[in-house]
Amino acid sequence: MTEIFWLIPFLPLLSSFILAIFGRTLPKKYISFQACLAVFASFIISVISFFGLLKISQESYPLIKSLFTWIASGSFTINFSLQFDPLSAVMAMVVSGVGFIIHVYSVGYMDKDKGYSRYFTYLNLFTFAMLLLVMSSNIVLMFVGWEGVGLCSYLLIGFWFEKDSAANAGKKAFIVTRIGDLGFLLGIFFIFVHIGSAEFTAINQAISGGAVTQGLATLIALLLFMGAVGKSAQIPLYVWLPDAMEGPTPVSALIHAATMVTAGVYMVCRMNLLYTLSGTAALVVGVIGAVTAVYAATMALTQNDIKRVLAYSTISQIGYMFIGCGVGAYSAGMFHLYTHAFFKSLLFLSAGSVMHALSGELDMRKMGGLRKYLPFTYPAFLIGAIAIAGVPFLSGFFSKDAILTQAFANKQYFIWILGVLGAILTAFYMFRLIFLTFQGEERLEPEAKEHLHESPPVMTIPLGILAFFSIIAGFIGVPAVFGEKLNWFNKFLEPVMRPGHEVHLSIQTEWLLIIISVAVALFGIYLAYIFYIKKPQTPHQLNAKFPYVYKLLYNKYYVDEIYNAVFVKPVVRGSEIVYDNFDLKVIDGAVNGSASVTGLSGKILSYLQTGLIKDYALVFLFGVILFLGYLLF
Amino acid sequence: MIPGSYFFILSVILFILGVIAFFVKRDLITQFLSIEVMLNAGNLAFIAFARALNSLHGQVIVFFIITVAAAEAAVGLAIILLIFRQKKTIKSEDMNLMKG
Amino acid sequence: MAHFLFFLLAIVCVGAVVGMIFSRNQAYNALLLVLAFAALGGIFGLLSAPFIAVVQIIIYAGAIMVLFIFVIMMINLREGIPPEKKKWTIYLSAVLAFILIVELILAARGSFQALTGPGGEEIASPKALGKLLFTEYLYPFEITSILIIAALVGAIILVKKKEEE
Repeated sequence: MTEIFWLIPFLPLLSSFILAIFGRTLPKKYISFQACLAVFASFIISVISFFGLLKISQESYPLIKSLFTWIASGSFTINFSLQFDPLSAVMAMVVSGVGFIIHVYSVGYMDKDKGYSRYFTYLNLFTFAMLLLVMSSNIVLMFVGWEGVGLCSYLLIGFWFEKDSAANAGKKAFIVTRIGDLGFLLGIFFIFVHIGSAEFTAINQAISGGAVTQGLATLIALLLFMGAVGKSAQIPLYVWLPDAMEGPTPVSALIHAATMVTAGVYMVCRMNLLYTLSGTAALVVGVIGAVTAVYAATMALTQNDIKRVLAYSTISQIGYMFIGCGVGAYSAGMFHLYTHAFFKSLLFLSAGSVMHALSGELDMRKMGGLRKYLPFTYPAFLIGAIAIAGVPFLSGFFSKDAILTQAFANKQYFIWILGVLGAILTAFYMFRLIFLTFQGEERLEPEAKEHLHESPPVMTIPLGILAFFSIIAGFIGVPAVFGEKLNWFNKFLEPVMRPGHEVHLSIQTEWLLIIISVAVALFGIYLAYIFYIKKPQTPHQLNAKFPYVYKLLYNKYYVDEIYNAVFVKPVVRGSEIVYDNFDLKVIDGAVNGSASVTGLSGKILSYLQTGLIKDYALVFLFGVILFLGYLLF
Repeated sequence: MIPGSYFFILSVILFILGVIAFFVKRDLITQFLSIEVMLNAGNLAFIAFARALNSLHGQVIVFFIITVAAAEAAVGLAIILLIFRQKKTIKSEDMNLMKG
Repeated sequence: MAHFLFFLLAIVCVGAVVGMIFSRNQAYNALLLVLAFAALGGIFGLLSAPFIAVVQIIIYAGAIMVLFIFVIMMINLREGIPPEKKKWTIYLSAVLAFILIVELILAARGSFQALTGPGGEEIASPKALGKLLFTEYLYPFEITSILIIAALVGAIILVKKKEEE
């Protein structure tokens, strides 16, 4: 059964095609059924293929299915081929599984929207692009998926394009990620030139065979990482992700959890040999990840928009994944990606449920005390928050701990300290969110309170499933202190990520690290409790004391404004100048000029067109004479 | 036996007369008639050559030309009639709708 | 005898066409052309093409010219149309016509020898012509019939008065 793994990406594509063509005429029930079924079928095939993969020997990894030759030019060929190995398997299952749950949730969430079929067309296409990205067997096809995800995120963020802010957010996401894609593309070119093949197996062989020098590896790795920075919203290209909230909430969940932002982490893991070879590149990845993790977390502290807090927390969590990759613990990074997919989509979908209940209200200052009105959403959100905060025995604890332990073990103490700091902040802002939204006094708008209601089962059941996985998903990657054999996840990924840097610490040190992790998580939660429940006046006192710090954080370090002034404004001004001088005068002049020349010559020639048959006959006669004369002489 | 060149010269004269008539006359019907004259001049030349070359093919061509001329006359006259109904004139210089 | 007949018919033919040029009445024009085409039919007879001669008289001088006369009667212009006013195109066409004459005669000169040759003694019988038409020229022949049907239908459709008018 494993051979049919190549069907995984194409089922959503097929469904998307059908919806794109016939979507307007199909009934809603059918649309939702087909869209969900396609993704669910992909998920089932992924699981079947995954079990098939376990049965065969590791030597035959990766399974490759070449569908057809896509580009053939001289000695250079690229096949449209898909591959299936442990890394792809994990990603495919996460993408299709979480994607399926989000599809189901969307059925309830988008019920009243007039773009229903368009929405599911995009959503299916998004899933396809991401599956193609994680399953392609060469980097060029991966780039197709990479761009496909970018396109779909643009379409979905700007889904409500009648709203100016949504259209702008879509554009912003597209353009900012495009900057990173430039680097990615350059990286691909360098791979072509120096390795001569785009297949991952060939690239890996070239690297392990010593055909790539360290300098070249650094160059390629950094260029590729530039693409990852854009896609995965790291410093300095993270600015698009918070604005991406303009799209429908399930889309945010999809972007943040299953597709899009995780693409960068996947890519780094896929090219792990390259990053292992180049120590510099790995260090850059780790430092950027660590800095982003703390930096984004500080911005999340002061935001009042429930979805924005979650957006910054995503940026921060992706930073953790990059820490894992940077210190050489690729499987730890992947592990965090996998657990993060569950709890982050859970958080987003719960936030969507809160919005749904409050008729679209996003401002936490107008919430509070929702616990008793939303008996299902509250525990779901709470589980998500506990998981992300790193409280023991939920999924987030295991994965975050694995990353921090590895950072410490590889003697990257600076990164480790940043990671711990980020962990405190994470716990703090997540519980700030919980306390402001669900606990404390009610600050609801009267009319919002009237419509207050729990969401329908089609939305709450997906929450339940995700909550369940958020709790248990971590147990497949239990730290070594609980037993050497228990870290099953690591072992599964081993054929793809040969553990080069994984250093084993003594049991005592590891226990110490775990205790520190737990302590910082609990400390963060306790701090939030003090700030927002016990002494609710504390935040205001702090504001009064450090007004500039608060303002700086609240305005997100003014990065958007700086980017606007430094990059956007000059480009826009320059474009205007070029438009005025070149477009209007030269290009329009040339076009209008050629048109008027044509018109003028037409006018002149039209004098010959008298409309009188005699004149035409005269010309005809003249022609006959000429022709006859030619024959004679 | 009359020499073939006589017929040929007659054919040339008829053809030129047809051309001149076409340019001199101003009503569509007479211009159409002059075209028929030119066609007949051609027919004469064909038959003259047919005899000179001792071949029947020239005559067959003339036969076809006559049938085509009949078809052409039917359609052409119908068009002239239509023009007359709409413009109440058949002067060829009044037909200048195609003027650029 | 044959020479006399030829010149007589030739003079009638050319005279009728010249008369057409000078006459202003379209009905006369048409009748003059009937005369010219009939004379031409006689000349065809002299060229030992009896079948074509008969066809010329029946179809051309008969059917086609009658069609013209019908149309002339339907149009029924009271006053004739005066000849072209002095216009530069007239002179130009005269010059061009003269050049054409010269060219045609020049072109014919080379083939005079062939045209005065002895051939054409035997009379091309209608039987031989018919054989040729229905064997070698069968397809063109059938296609002509389609052409005539099309012309017939086309002419009727063109001239038919529309119902709402």
